Amino acid sequence: MSRPHLLRRSSTPAQQSSSGATNTETAQYTQMNRDLGQRLGFAMLGLAALVVVVPILLVIGTIVARGMGAISWEFLSAMPREGMKAGGILPAIVGTLLLTAGTAIAAIPVGVGGAIYLAEYAGDTWLTRAIRLAIINLAGIPSVVYGLFGLGMFVLFLQFGTSILAGSLTLAIMSLPIIISTAEEALRAVPVEFRTVSASLGGTRWQGIRNIILPQALPGIITGVILGLLRAAGETAPILFTVAAFFLPHLPRTVLDQTMTLPYHLYVISTQVPGMPPQIQYGTALVLLGLVLSLNVVATIIRSYYRRRRQW
Amino acid sequence: MNETQRTRWTESAVETLIRVLGFSTIGFVALIFLFLLQQGLPTFFEIPLGNLFGTRWYPTFDLFGMLPLVLGSAMVTILAMAMALPLGVATAVFVREVAPDWAREILKPMIEVLAGIPSVVLGFFGMTVIAPLVRESLGAPTGLTAFTGALILAYMSLPTVISIAEDALDAVPKSCRDAGLAMGATQWQTIWRVVVPAARSGIVTAVMLGMGRAIGETMAVMMVTGNAARMPLSLDSLFRPVRTMTATIAAEMGEVAQGSTHYHALFGIGIILFLLTFIINLAASSTIFKKRHRGGLR
Repeated sequence: MSRPHLLRRSSTPAQQSSSGATNTETAQYTQMNRDLGQRLGFAMLGLAALVVVVPILLVIGTIVARGMGAISWEFLSAMPREGMKAGGILPAIVGTLLLTAGTAIAAIPVGVGGAIYLAEYAGDTWLTRAIRLAIINLAGIPSVVYGLFGLGMFVLFLQFGTSILAGSLTLAIMSLPIIISTAEEALRAVPVEFRTVSASLGGTRWQGIRNIILPQALPGIITGVILGLLRAAGETAPILFTVAAFFLPHLPRTVLDQTMTLPYHLYVISTQVPGMPPQIQYGTALVLLGLVLSLNVVATIIRSYYRRRRQW
Repeated sequence: MNETQRTRWTESAVETLIRVLGFSTIGFVALIFLFLLQQGLPTFFEIPLGNLFGTRWYPTFDLFGMLPLVLGSAMVTILAMAMALPLGVATAVFVREVAPDWAREILKPMIEVLAGIPSVVLGFFGMTVIAPLVRESLGAPTGLTAFTGALILAYMSLPTVISIAEDALDAVPKSCRDAGLAMGATQWQTIWRVVVPAARSGIVTAVMLGMGRAIGETMAVMMVTGNAARMPLSLDSLFRPVRTMTATIAAEMGEVAQGSTHYHALFGIGIILFLLTFIINLAASSTIFKKRHRGGLR
């Protein structure tokens, strides 16, 4: 963290001494040139960072500014009416929450278990490397291919039909790599002494993990789980063929029902329905963005809070 | 059963369970590939190769030429990386080497926020705000072009590129920097001539993973590229509508009869996408593993 400062401090005296030692015009000219080059270079880097950040602010600003007007109690709590051009988006909100909950139930045990295996049990064998490779590849598979897989396996082969169950399982597999890699990192951050002490007191490996390591790593694991679920909540492509309903003016009753979801609803009202009032589109985008970003903030807060509080 | 026996039993049961969970990821990758093959392999028997490698994708007329889709994906991805590489690497260098603490405190969370914005929201923003801008500034009939898609994709792959490039810069040992400075180079010269070249392989990894992200992106691309399955051959096709492999699957799967040739063909595109991203990630991770083996970099 402090490296840039060290660099800056150490570079200045070096430059001064070199210009002081050879006090000719050329040396001064080169010195000026070098300083100018450095200033130009740093300015370019700063500009690049601005070009990255400003559009992010623009996207969020635009959606908040144009969507705010649509947000009302009715918008959040009513069924859509008049071909979705009026009323609220309640079924989409409920659908996304249900789907995310289903994803959590399926993904957390597998993800955390996988992380425990990698951090605490796995040796450096070719099998472990194969697991890591599988995780990297799961993270890289296009979201729409997850959709195809969900359709082939859960909807057709296991005959769940287009349902919350099929969609949750598809999204759960998709969020596994994020959950596993962040949870593993959190487990590995627990100092090795904790394990040694647990073992020296006669604890078995699992007792040590359950009573000491897991509680210590819990904030990090929770952060990872939230980040994984957040990605699942905002995805559209994997649920296109596995859950999503175009228009369904009632709430789902069982896990085998279809449901509307926020991301798919936004896609539908911005591309499939002509003459949609922009306010409703931006309002839906704002609700989705708000849901995802607030989860993001929660994850960041948990992480920084516990990082400051922990004693090792 | 006494206490010790029970502990031992729990211990081995838990260990077995965790082992199974650990190996499950391999199973999932295999399952995904199997199901793609099962549904998509018939494509390559049902459709003559000449048709499959043709230049026209009109499923209603039994024309399944995948070339325009593959080239569409390639064009949008390459253009996106051409934008994301310089921007991402420069930002990573800024965050790691130059930025004062306050700027870093703003930049890092902002980049995380960008990674968290759902692709459908970015696609919506691209459709309603960027596409009209592109249309007006080009005087084109539509703002839904390959360029618009590439622009959105560049920003979507930036978080990946930046974070991995940052790790790469972080891995350059302090002794390299000190040596550069001791030779009388300015901080800028050290960064540009010593640190960045030393992080080269990591930066290549960053770009490859960003590319994997860009090829696979679906919703945003589908919403802003206009989806015309045309061969993008000349330079001005950058500013015309284009259609990618991912968008084709997402747009057509809903309307297709299960088990038809068209249905198999969409899974066939899925196989191509799976293999492409698999190869990209394999190549990228092999550089990661190599670094781990070499060890003493830090």
